[in-house]
Amino acid sequence: MWPPLIIPNDPGGVTVVKTLINGIVDGQLLEATGSSLIRLFIGFFIAVVIGFILGFLIYKYKIIDDTLGFFVTSLQAIPNIVWMPLAILWFGLGVGSVIFIVILGAALSITITSSTAFKSVPPLLIRVASTMGSTGFHLFRTVIFKSTIPQQIAGLRLAWALAWRAVLAGELLGGSGGLGTLLDLGRSIQAMDLIFSIMIIIGVIGSFIDNFIFVRIERYVLRKWGILTTH
Amino acid sequence: MAEEHIILQNVHKEFQRKDHTPTIALDDVSLTIKKGEFISLLGPSGCGKSTLLNIVAGLEKETSGKLLVNDKPIKGPGNDRIVVFQESGLFPWLSVLDNVMYGLLIKKVPKQEAQKRALDWLQKVHLGKFAHALPHELSGGMKQRVAIARALVTDPEILLMDEPFAALDEQTRMVLHMELDKLWRETGKTIIFVTHNIREAVVLSDRIVLMKTRPGGIKSIFPVQAARPRNSSDSILIHLENRILTELEQEMEKVLKEELGSDYALKTNDLRVDPSNNMGSDI
Repeated sequence: MWPPLIIPNDPGGVTVVKTLINGIVDGQLLEATGSSLIRLFIGFFIAVVIGFILGFLIYKYKIIDDTLGFFVTSLQAIPNIVWMPLAILWFGLGVGSVIFIVILGAALSITITSSTAFKSVPPLLIRVASTMGSTGFHLFRTVIFKSTIPQQIAGLRLAWALAWRAVLAGELLGGSGGLGTLLDLGRSIQAMDLIFSIMIIIGVIGSFIDNFIFVRIERYVLRKWGILTTH
Repeated sequence: MAEEHIILQNVHKEFQRKDHTPTIALDDVSLTIKKGEFISLLGPSGCGKSTLLNIVAGLEKETSGKLLVNDKPIKGPGNDRIVVFQESGLFPWLSVLDNVMYGLLIKKVPKQEAQKRALDWLQKVHLGKFAHALPHELSGGMKQRVAIARALVTDPEILLMDEPFAALDEQTRMVLHMELDKLWRETGKTIIFVTHNIREAVVLSDRIVLMKTRPGGIKSIFPVQAARPRNSSDSILIHLENRILTELEQEMEKVLKEELGSDYALKTNDLRVDPSNNMGSDI
Protein backbone atom coordinates (compact mmCIF):
# COMPACT_ATOMS: atom_id res chain seq x y z
CA MET A 1 0.00 0.00 0.00
CA TRP A 2 2.69 2.51 1.03
CA PRO A 3 6.26 2.68 -0.09
CA PRO A 4 8.79 2.58 2.77
CA LEU A 5 9.80 6.06 3.87
CA ILE A 6 13.35 5.68 5.16
CA ILE A 7 14.08 2.01 5.85
CA PRO A 8 13.78 -0.23 2.75
CA ASN A 9 11.81 -3.47 2.86
CA ASP A 10 14.61 -5.47 1.21
CA PRO A 11 18.28 -4.58 1.34
CA GLY A 12 19.03 -1.96 -1.32
CA GLY A 13 15.30 -1.54 -2.08
CA VAL A 14 13.50 1.75 -2.78
CA THR A 15 12.55 4.33 -0.15
CA VAL A 16 10.90 7.72 -0.60
CA VAL A 17 13.82 9.58 0.96
CA LYS A 18 16.35 7.81 -1.23
CA THR A 19 14.38 8.53 -4.41
CA LEU A 20 13.97 12.14 -3.35
CA ILE A 21 17.68 12.60 -2.66
CA ASN A 22 18.77 10.71 -5.79
CA GLY A 23 16.31 12.68 -7.90
CA ILE A 24 17.65 15.93 -6.60
CA VAL A 25 21.31 14.89 -6.88
CA ASP A 26 21.11 13.58 -10.44
CA GLY A 27 19.00 16.57 -11.42
CA GLN A 28 15.87 14.81 -12.67
CA LEU A 29 13.56 16.17 -9.97
CA LEU A 30 15.29 19.57 -9.90
CA GLU A 31 14.88 19.97 -13.62
CA ALA A 32 11.20 19.07 -13.45
CA THR A 33 10.70 21.47 -10.52
CA GLY A 34 12.47 24.20 -12.44
CA SER A 35 10.32 23.85 -15.53
CA SER A 36 7.13 23.76 -13.45
CA LEU A 37 8.18 26.93 -11.64
CA ILE A 38 9.07 28.74 -14.85
CA ARG A 39 5.60 27.97 -16.23
CA LEU A 40 4.09 29.11 -12.97
CA PHE A 41 5.93 32.43 -13.05
CA ILE A 42 5.28 33.15 -16.73
CA GLY A 43 1.60 32.26 -16.42
CA PHE A 44 1.19 34.08 -13.14
CA PHE A 45 2.89 37.22 -14.41
CA ILE A 46 0.68 37.41 -17.50
CA ALA A 47 -2.36 36.65 -15.32
CA VAL A 48 -1.48 39.53 -12.98
CA VAL A 49 -1.21 41.98 -15.87
CA ILE A 50 -4.48 40.81 -17.46
CA GLY A 51 -6.26 40.64 -14.09
CA PHE A 52 -5.25 44.16 -13.07
CA ILE A 53 -6.24 45.66 -16.40
CA LEU A 54 -9.63 43.91 -16.47
CA GLY A 55 -10.19 44.69 -12.78
CA PHE A 56 -9.46 48.35 -13.39
CA LEU A 57 -11.76 48.51 -16.43
CA ILE A 58 -14.56 46.88 -14.45
CA TYR A 59 -14.07 49.46 -11.68
CA LYS A 60 -13.85 52.38 -14.08
CA TYR A 61 -16.66 51.71 -16.53
CA LYS A 62 -20.07 50.60 -15.35
CA ILE A 63 -20.95 49.14 -18.73
CA ILE A 64 -17.94 46.80 -18.53
CA ASP A 65 -18.88 45.88 -14.97
CA ASP A 66 -22.40 44.95 -16.07
CA THR A 67 -21.23 42.86 -19.01
CA LEU A 68 -17.71 41.52 -18.50
CA GLY A 69 -18.00 41.51 -14.71
CA PHE A 70 -20.87 39.04 -14.82
CA PHE A 71 -19.10 36.96 -17.45
CA VAL A 72 -15.90 36.74 -15.37
CA THR A 73 -17.84 35.64 -12.29
CA SER A 74 -19.56 32.90 -14.27
CA LEU A 75 -16.27 31.70 -15.77
CA GLN A 76 -14.72 31.65 -12.31
CA ALA A 77 -17.32 29.04 -11.34
CA ILE A 78 -15.82 26.61 -13.86
CA PRO A 79 -12.82 24.72 -12.41
CA ASN A 80 -9.92 25.70 -14.65
CA ILE A 81 -8.79 22.15 -15.39
CA VAL A 82 -12.06 21.69 -17.25
CA TRP A 83 -10.51 23.92 -19.93
CA MET A 84 -7.63 21.50 -20.47
CA PRO A 85 -9.21 19.43 -23.28
CA LEU A 86 -10.01 22.64 -25.11
CA ALA A 87 -6.52 24.00 -24.45
CA ILE A 88 -4.96 20.86 -25.88
CA LEU A 89 -7.05 21.23 -29.04
CA TRP A 90 -6.04 24.89 -29.35
CA PHE A 91 -2.39 24.82 -28.32
CA GLY A 92 -1.48 21.13 -28.62
CA LEU A 93 0.04 18.93 -25.94
CA GLY A 94 2.77 21.07 -24.46
CA VAL A 95 3.82 24.16 -22.60
CA GLY A 96 1.28 26.39 -24.34
CA SER A 97 -1.77 24.67 -22.97
CA VAL A 98 -0.30 24.44 -19.45
CA ILE A 99 0.41 28.18 -19.38
CA PHE A 100 -3.06 28.85 -20.78
CA ILE A 101 -4.62 26.97 -17.87
CA VAL A 102 -2.46 28.86 -15.39
CA ILE A 103 -3.37 32.25 -16.87
CA LEU A 104 -7.05 31.40 -16.99
CA GLY A 105 -7.12 30.20 -13.40
CA ALA A 106 -5.22 33.10 -11.91
CA ALA A 107 -6.39 35.96 -14.13
CA LEU A 108 -10.08 35.45 -13.39
CA SER A 109 -9.43 35.41 -9.67
CA ILE A 110 -7.22 38.52 -9.87
CA THR A 111 -9.81 40.30 -12.00
CA ILE A 112 -12.44 39.77 -9.33
CA THR A 113 -10.26 40.65 -6.34
CA SER A 114 -8.68 43.69 -7.98
CA SER A 115 -11.96 45.15 -9.20
CA THR A 116 -13.38 44.73 -5.70
CA ALA A 117 -10.27 46.39 -4.29
CA PHE A 118 -10.52 49.35 -6.66
CA LYS A 119 -14.20 49.75 -5.84
CA SER A 120 -13.43 49.97 -2.14
CA VAL A 121 -10.97 52.88 -2.31
CA PRO A 122 -12.22 55.35 0.33
CA PRO A 123 -13.87 58.27 -1.54
CA LEU A 124 -12.41 60.62 1.09
CA LEU A 125 -8.85 59.90 -0.08
CA ILE A 126 -9.82 60.61 -3.69
CA ARG A 127 -11.45 63.88 -2.66
CA VAL A 128 -8.41 64.89 -0.62
CA ALA A 129 -6.10 64.20 -3.54
CA SER A 130 -8.27 65.97 -6.09
CA THR A 131 -8.67 69.05 -3.92
CA MET A 132 -4.87 69.26 -3.92
CA GLY A 133 -4.83 69.15 -7.69
CA SER A 134 -4.20 65.47 -8.44
CA THR A 135 -5.94 64.17 -11.56
CA GLY A 136 -5.84 61.36 -14.11
CA PHE A 137 -2.93 58.97 -13.99
CA HIS A 138 -1.26 60.81 -11.12
CA LEU A 139 -4.38 60.24 -9.03
CA PHE A 140 -4.42 56.57 -9.98
CA ARG A 141 -0.72 56.05 -9.31
CA THR A 142 -0.46 57.95 -6.03
CA VAL A 143 -3.81 57.24 -4.41
CA ILE A 144 -6.17 54.74 -6.03
CA PHE A 145 -3.59 52.04 -6.64
CA LYS A 146 -1.67 52.63 -3.42
CA SER A 147 -4.72 52.42 -1.24
CA THR A 148 -5.67 49.03 -2.71
CA ILE A 149 -2.29 47.41 -2.07
CA PRO A 150 -3.30 45.39 1.03
CA GLN A 151 -6.28 43.90 -0.81
CA GLN A 152 -4.28 43.35 -4.01
CA ILE A 153 -1.72 41.32 -2.09
CA ALA A 154 -4.42 39.19 -0.49
CA GLY A 155 -5.81 38.66 -4.00
CA LEU A 156 -2.41 37.70 -5.43
CA ARG A 157 -1.89 35.24 -2.62
CA LEU A 158 -5.16 33.55 -3.43
CA ALA A 159 -4.44 33.58 -7.16
CA TRP A 160 -0.95 32.19 -6.78
CA ALA A 161 -2.31 29.12 -4.98
CA LEU A 162 -4.79 28.62 -7.85
CA ALA A 163 -1.98 29.02 -10.36
CA TRP A 164 0.22 26.45 -8.65
CA ARG A 165 -2.65 23.96 -8.72
CA ALA A 166 -3.28 24.73 -12.37
CA VAL A 167 0.36 24.12 -13.35
CA LEU A 168 0.35 20.64 -11.86
CA ALA A 169 -3.06 19.69 -13.13
CA GLY A 170 -2.11 20.91 -16.59
CA GLU A 171 1.16 19.02 -16.63
CA LEU A 172 -0.52 15.89 -15.33
CA LEU A 173 -2.98 15.89 -18.23
CA GLY A 174 -1.05 17.70 -20.91
CA GLY A 175 2.39 16.18 -20.57
CA SER A 176 5.32 18.38 -21.63
CA GLY A 177 7.61 17.75 -18.66
CA GLY A 178 7.57 19.29 -15.23
CA LEU A 179 6.51 17.81 -11.91
CA GLY A 180 3.02 16.93 -13.09
CA THR A 181 4.27 14.86 -16.02
CA LEU A 182 6.72 13.12 -13.73
CA LEU A 183 3.82 12.25 -11.45
CA ASP A 184 2.03 10.67 -14.37
CA LEU A 185 5.21 8.76 -15.19
CA GLY A 186 5.36 7.53 -11.60
CA ARG A 187 1.82 6.25 -11.96
CA SER A 188 2.52 4.38 -15.20
CA ILE A 189 5.67 2.64 -13.91
CA GLN A 190 4.03 2.10 -10.52
CA ALA A 191 6.81 3.93 -8.66
CA MET A 192 5.07 5.11 -5.52
CA ASP A 193 8.37 6.32 -4.07
CA LEU A 194 8.67 8.75 -7.00
CA ILE A 195 5.06 9.92 -6.60
CA PHE A 196 5.56 10.58 -2.91
CA SER A 197 8.84 12.41 -3.53
CA ILE A 198 7.10 14.71 -5.97
CA MET A 199 4.18 15.29 -3.64
CA ILE A 200 6.65 16.32 -0.94
CA ILE A 201 8.33 18.77 -3.33
CA ILE A 202 4.97 20.24 -4.37
CA GLY A 203 3.94 20.76 -0.76
CA VAL A 204 7.27 22.25 0.27
CA ILE A 205 7.36 24.72 -2.64
CA GLY A 206 3.74 25.72 -2.05
CA SER A 207 4.19 26.49 1.61
CA PHE A 208 7.61 28.06 1.02
CA ILE A 209 6.31 30.60 -1.47
CA ASP A 210 3.24 31.29 0.66
CA ASN A 211 5.13 31.73 3.93
CA PHE A 212 8.32 33.35 2.77
CA ILE A 213 6.94 35.61 0.08
CA PHE A 214 3.26 36.37 0.46
CA VAL A 215 2.84 36.20 4.22
CA ARG A 216 5.89 38.41 4.73
CA ILE A 217 4.82 41.02 2.21
CA GLU A 218 1.30 40.94 3.61
CA ARG A 219 2.48 41.43 7.20
CA TYR A 220 4.77 44.26 6.21
CA VAL A 221 2.04 46.04 4.29
CA LEU A 222 -0.64 45.54 6.92
CA ARG A 223 1.66 46.84 9.64
CA LYS A 224 2.63 49.87 7.59
CA TRP A 225 -0.99 50.63 6.73
CA GLY A 226 -1.89 50.36 10.41
CA ILE A 227 -4.34 47.51 9.82
CA LEU A 228 -2.24 45.04 11.80
CA THR A 229 -0.81 46.39 15.04
CA THR A 230 0.26 43.23 16.86
CA HIS A 231 3.44 41.12 16.29
CA MET B 1 -8.70 93.79 2.68
CA ALA B 2 -12.12 94.76 1.42
CA GLU B 3 -11.50 93.05 -1.90
CA GLU B 4 -14.15 90.56 -2.94
CA HIS B 5 -12.69 87.11 -3.10
CA ILE B 6 -15.55 84.65 -3.55
CA ILE B 7 -18.86 85.65 -5.07
CA LEU B 8 -21.87 83.34 -5.12
CA GLN B 9 -24.83 84.54 -7.15
CA ASN B 10 -28.16 82.70 -7.04
CA VAL B 11 -26.46 79.35 -6.64
CA HIS B 12 -28.97 76.55 -6.94
CA LYS B 13 -28.32 72.86 -6.42
CA GLU B 14 -30.66 69.94 -6.95
CA PHE B 15 -30.06 66.26 -6.42
CA GLN B 16 -31.91 63.57 -8.32
CA ARG B 17 -33.34 60.99 -5.98
CA LYS B 18 -33.72 57.36 -6.99
CA ASP B 19 -37.39 57.90 -7.87
CA HIS B 20 -36.39 60.90 -10.06
CA THR B 21 -37.96 63.53 -7.82
CA PRO B 22 -35.50 66.35 -7.41
CA THR B 23 -34.43 67.42 -3.92
CA ILE B 24 -33.41 71.03 -3.57
CA ALA B 25 -30.19 71.14 -1.56
CA LEU B 26 -29.49 74.82 -2.09
CA ASP B 27 -32.07 77.35 -3.16
CA ASP B 28 -30.91 80.66 -4.55
CA VAL B 29 -27.86 81.28 -2.40
CA SER B 30 -26.07 84.60 -2.84
CA LEU B 31 -23.07 85.47 -0.73
CA THR B 32 -19.97 87.61 -1.10
CA ILE B 33 -16.86 86.74 0.83
CA LYS B 34 -14.04 89.22 1.22
CA LYS B 35 -10.36 88.47 0.95
CA GLY B 36 -8.94 87.27 4.26
CA GLU B 37 -12.35 86.80 5.82
CA PHE B 38 -13.12 83.96 8.21
CA ILE B 39 -16.67 82.91 7.51
CA SER B 40 -18.66 80.10 9.14
CA LEU B 41 -21.55 78.18 7.64
CA LEU B 42 -23.71 77.07 10.53
CA GLY B 43 -26.86 75.01 10.52
CA PRO B 44 -28.58 71.74 11.29
CA SER B 45 -27.85 68.67 9.20
CA GLY B 46 -29.44 68.73 5.79
CA CYS B 47 -29.19 72.50 5.35
CA GLY B 48 -26.73 72.16 2.49
CA LYS B 49 -23.74 73.70 4.21
CA SER B 50 -21.39 70.94 3.13
CA THR B 51 -22.87 71.02 -0.37
CA LEU B 52 -22.14 74.73 -0.56
CA LEU B 53 -18.56 74.12 0.54
CA ASN B 54 -18.12 71.32 -1.98
CA ILE B 55 -19.39 73.58 -4.74
CA VAL B 56 -16.82 76.23 -3.85
CA ALA B 57 -14.20 73.48 -3.69
CA GLY B 58 -15.21 72.33 -7.16
CA LEU B 59 -15.95 68.80 -5.95
CA GLU B 60 -19.62 69.24 -6.85
CA LYS B 61 -21.22 71.24 -9.62
CA GLU B 62 -24.01 73.75 -9.06
CA THR B 63 -27.24 73.19 -11.00
CA SER B 64 -27.53 76.86 -11.85
CA GLY B 65 -26.16 80.17 -10.68
CA LYS B 66 -22.86 81.93 -10.78
CA LEU B 67 -19.76 81.27 -8.76
CA LEU B 68 -16.68 83.47 -9.03
CA VAL B 69 -13.33 83.23 -7.29
CA ASN B 70 -11.10 86.23 -8.01
CA ASP B 71 -13.67 87.20 -10.68
CA LYS B 72 -13.11 83.91 -12.49
CA PRO B 73 -15.62 81.07 -12.72
CA ILE B 74 -14.66 77.79 -11.05
CA LYS B 75 -13.87 74.80 -13.19
CA GLY B 76 -13.46 71.76 -10.95
CA PRO B 77 -11.18 71.38 -7.95
CA GLY B 78 -7.96 73.35 -7.82
CA ASN B 79 -5.12 73.79 -5.40
CA ASP B 80 -5.94 77.44 -4.79
CA ARG B 81 -8.87 76.12 -2.72
CA ILE B 82 -7.92 73.26 -0.45
CA VAL B 83 -10.41 71.36 1.69
CA VAL B 84 -9.82 70.00 5.18
CA PHE B 85 -12.40 67.31 5.86
CA GLN B 86 -13.99 66.03 9.05
CA GLU B 87 -11.74 63.01 8.93
CA SER B 88 -8.12 63.81 8.28
CA GLY B 89 -7.94 61.67 5.13
CA LEU B 90 -4.20 61.18 5.51
CA PHE B 91 -2.71 58.59 3.16
CA PRO B 92 -1.94 55.66 5.46
CA TRP B 93 0.98 54.42 3.36
CA LEU B 94 2.87 57.71 3.53
CA SER B 95 4.77 59.08 6.50
CA VAL B 96 3.49 62.29 8.06
CA LEU B 97 6.17 64.26 6.22
CA ASP B 98 5.35 62.66 2.86
CA ASN B 99 1.68 63.37 3.45
CA VAL B 100 2.42 67.06 3.97
CA MET B 101 4.69 67.09 0.92
CA TYR B 102 2.03 65.52 -1.32
CA GLY B 103 0.45 68.76 -2.51
CA LEU B 104 3.82 70.47 -2.95
CA LEU B 105 5.11 67.73 -5.23
CA ILE B 106 1.96 68.09 -7.36
CA LYS B 107 2.82 71.78 -7.69
CA LYS B 108 6.27 70.69 -8.94
CA VAL B 109 8.16 72.15 -5.99
CA PRO B 110 11.67 70.58 -5.95
CA LYS B 111 11.90 67.72 -3.44
CA GLN B 112 14.48 69.37 -1.18
CA GLU B 113 12.50 72.56 -0.85
CA ALA B 114 9.22 70.66 -0.44
CA GLN B 115 10.75 68.75 2.44
CA LYS B 116 11.97 71.94 4.09
CA ARG B 117 8.60 73.66 3.75
CA ALA B 118 6.74 70.59 4.99
CA LEU B 119 8.99 70.38 8.06
CA ASP B 120 8.44 74.08 8.72
CA TRP B 121 4.70 73.57 8.69
CA LEU B 122 4.88 70.47 10.85
CA GLN B 123 6.73 72.58 13.38
CA LYS B 124 4.04 75.24 13.17
CA VAL B 125 1.42 72.66 14.11
CA HIS B 126 3.77 71.28 16.81
CA LEU B 127 4.37 67.94 15.14
CA GLY B 128 8.02 68.36 14.14
CA LYS B 129 8.93 65.29 16.18
CA PHE B 130 6.45 63.11 14.32
CA ALA B 131 7.62 63.82 10.77
CA HIS B 132 8.61 60.21 10.16
CA ALA B 133 5.71 58.60 11.99
CA LEU B 134 2.93 56.88 10.08
CA PRO B 135 -0.60 58.29 10.30
CA HIS B 136 -1.98 55.35 12.31
CA GLU B 137 0.49 56.14 15.07
CA LEU B 138 -1.08 59.55 15.70
CA SER B 139 -4.10 60.55 17.76
CA GLY B 140 -7.19 62.10 16.17
CA GLY B 141 -6.17 65.64 17.07
CA MET B 142 -2.66 65.14 15.74
CA LYS B 143 -4.00 63.74 12.48
CA GLN B 144 -6.19 66.78 12.03
CA ARG B 145 -3.19 69.03 12.66
CA VAL B 146 -1.31 67.19 9.91
CA ALA B 147 -4.29 67.64 7.60
CA ILE B 148 -4.26 71.39 8.29
CA ALA B 149 -0.52 71.58 7.70
CA ARG B 150 -0.92 69.59 4.50
CA ALA B 151 -3.51 72.06 3.26
CA LEU B 152 -1.68 75.23 4.29
CA VAL B 153 1.81 74.22 3.16
CA THR B 154 0.79 74.63 -0.48
CA ASP B 155 -0.16 78.23 0.31
CA PRO B 156 -3.72 78.13 -1.04
CA GLU B 157 -5.61 81.42 -1.20
CA ILE B 158 -8.69 79.81 0.27
CA LEU B 159 -9.00 77.21 2.96
CA LEU B 160 -12.26 75.28 3.08
CA MET B 161 -12.94 73.39 6.28
CA ASP B 162 -15.76 70.85 6.45
CA GLU B 163 -16.44 70.27 10.17
CA PRO B 164 -12.73 69.70 10.72
CA PHE B 165 -12.95 69.36 14.49
CA ALA B 166 -16.30 67.60 14.82
CA ALA B 167 -14.79 64.20 15.55
CA LEU B 168 -12.43 65.46 18.26
CA ASP B 169 -12.84 65.67 22.00
CA GLU B 170 -13.65 69.01 23.60
CA GLN B 171 -10.18 69.83 24.99
CA THR B 172 -8.39 69.04 21.75
CA ARG B 173 -10.94 71.11 19.89
CA MET B 174 -10.36 74.14 22.11
CA VAL B 175 -6.60 73.95 21.60
CA LEU B 176 -7.04 73.62 17.85
CA HIS B 177 -9.41 76.61 17.81
CA MET B 178 -6.72 78.79 19.30
CA GLU B 179 -4.12 77.45 16.91
CA LEU B 180 -6.34 77.89 13.87
CA ASP B 181 -7.12 81.44 14.96
CA LYS B 182 -3.40 82.15 15.25
CA LEU B 183 -2.59 80.58 11.88
CA TRP B 184 -5.39 82.54 10.25
CA ARG B 185 -4.14 85.83 11.67
CA GLU B 186 -0.58 85.06 10.57
CA THR B 187 -1.41 83.91 7.05
CA GLY B 188 -4.45 86.04 6.22
CA LYS B 189 -6.17 83.25 4.30
CA THR B 190 -9.79 83.37 3.35
CA ILE B 191 -11.44 80.58 5.33
CA ILE B 192 -14.86 79.04 4.91
CA PHE B 193 -15.60 76.92 7.93
CA VAL B 194 -18.56 74.52 8.04
CA THR B 195 -19.76 73.56 11.49
CA HIS B 196 -22.83 72.65 13.49
CA ASN B 197 -21.24 73.89 16.70
CA ILE B 198 -22.41 77.42 17.54
CA ARG B 199 -19.63 78.13 20.02
CA GLU B 200 -17.01 77.10 17.49
CA ALA B 201 -18.50 79.45 14.90
CA VAL B 202 -18.76 82.35 17.35
CA VAL B 203 -15.20 82.00 18.63
CA LEU B 204 -13.59 81.74 15.21
CA SER B 205 -15.50 83.73 12.62
CA ASP B 206 -15.78 87.25 11.28
CA ARG B 207 -19.24 86.47 10.00
CA ILE B 208 -21.57 83.58 10.68
CA VAL B 209 -23.94 82.46 7.96
CA LEU B 210 -26.87 80.68 9.54
CA MET B 211 -28.44 78.25 7.10
CA LYS B 212 -31.98 76.94 6.87
CA THR B 213 -33.39 73.64 5.71
CA ARG B 214 -35.89 72.46 3.14
CA PRO B 215 -34.99 74.05 0.88
CA GLY B 216 -31.41 74.68 2.02
CA GLY B 217 -30.30 78.26 1.91
CA ILE B 218 -29.18 81.26 3.92
CA LYS B 219 -31.42 82.24 6.82
CA SER B 220 -29.45 85.13 8.25
CA ILE B 221 -25.94 86.46 8.62
CA PHE B 222 -24.40 87.54 11.92
CA PRO B 223 -21.26 89.63 12.01
CA VAL B 224 -19.06 88.87 15.03
CA GLN B 225 -17.52 92.01 16.40
CA ALA B 226 -15.23 90.93 19.18
CA ALA B 227 -11.49 91.37 19.61
CA ARG B 228 -9.14 88.49 18.91
CA PRO B 229 -7.84 86.26 20.34
CA ARG B 230 -11.26 85.48 21.65
CA ASN B 231 -12.39 83.90 24.82
CA SER B 232 -15.59 81.90 24.64
CA SER B 233 -16.76 83.41 27.96
CA ASP B 234 -16.70 86.95 26.47
CA SER B 235 -20.16 88.46 27.13
CA ILE B 236 -20.50 89.68 23.53
CA LEU B 237 -19.97 86.16 22.30
CA ILE B 238 -22.38 84.63 24.78
CA HIS B 239 -25.05 87.13 23.83
CA LEU B 240 -24.51 86.36 20.15
CA GLU B 241 -24.54 82.65 20.84
CA ASN B 242 -27.98 82.97 22.43
CA ARG B 243 -29.33 85.00 19.54
CA ILE B 244 -28.13 82.40 17.06
CA LEU B 245 -29.48 79.59 19.20
CA THR B 246 -32.95 81.13 19.22
CA GLU B 247 -33.00 81.27 15.44
CA LEU B 248 -31.50 77.85 15.11
CA GLU B 249 -34.16 76.35 17.37
CA GLN B 250 -36.87 77.36 14.95
CA GLU B 251 -35.01 75.52 12.21
CA MET B 252 -34.48 72.48 14.40
CA GLU B 253 -38.13 72.36 15.25
CA LYS B 254 -39.03 72.46 11.58
CA VAL B 255 -36.73 69.52 10.89
CA LEU B 256 -37.93 67.51 13.87
CA LYS B 257 -41.58 68.13 13.03
CA GLU B 258 -41.00 66.74 9.58
CA GLU B 259 -39.15 63.73 10.88
CA LEU B 260 -41.15 62.88 13.95
CA GLY B 261 -44.66 64.08 13.20
CA SER B 262 -46.43 67.43 13.41
CA ASP B 263 -47.31 67.26 17.10
CA TYR B 264 -43.66 67.29 18.08
CA ALA B 265 -42.75 70.47 19.91
CA LEU B 266 -39.21 71.31 20.90
CA LYS B 267 -39.92 74.47 22.83
CA THR B 268 -42.83 76.57 21.66
CA ASN B 269 -45.55 74.27 23.03
CA ASP B 270 -43.59 73.06 26.01
CA LEU B 271 -44.49 69.47 25.16
CA ARG B 272 -48.09 69.95 26.30
CA VAL B 273 -50.60 68.70 23.80
CA ASP B 274 -54.14 70.07 23.56
CA PRO B 275 -56.28 67.59 25.58
CA SER B 276 -59.05 67.75 23.01
CA ASN B 277 -56.67 66.09 20.58
CA ASN B 278 -56.59 62.38 20.39
CA MET B 279 -52.99 61.88 21.45
CA GLY B 280 -50.85 60.25 18.86
CA SER B 281 -53.56 60.14 16.22
CA ASP B 282 -51.40 61.91 13.70
CA ILE B 283 -48.10 60.09 14.20
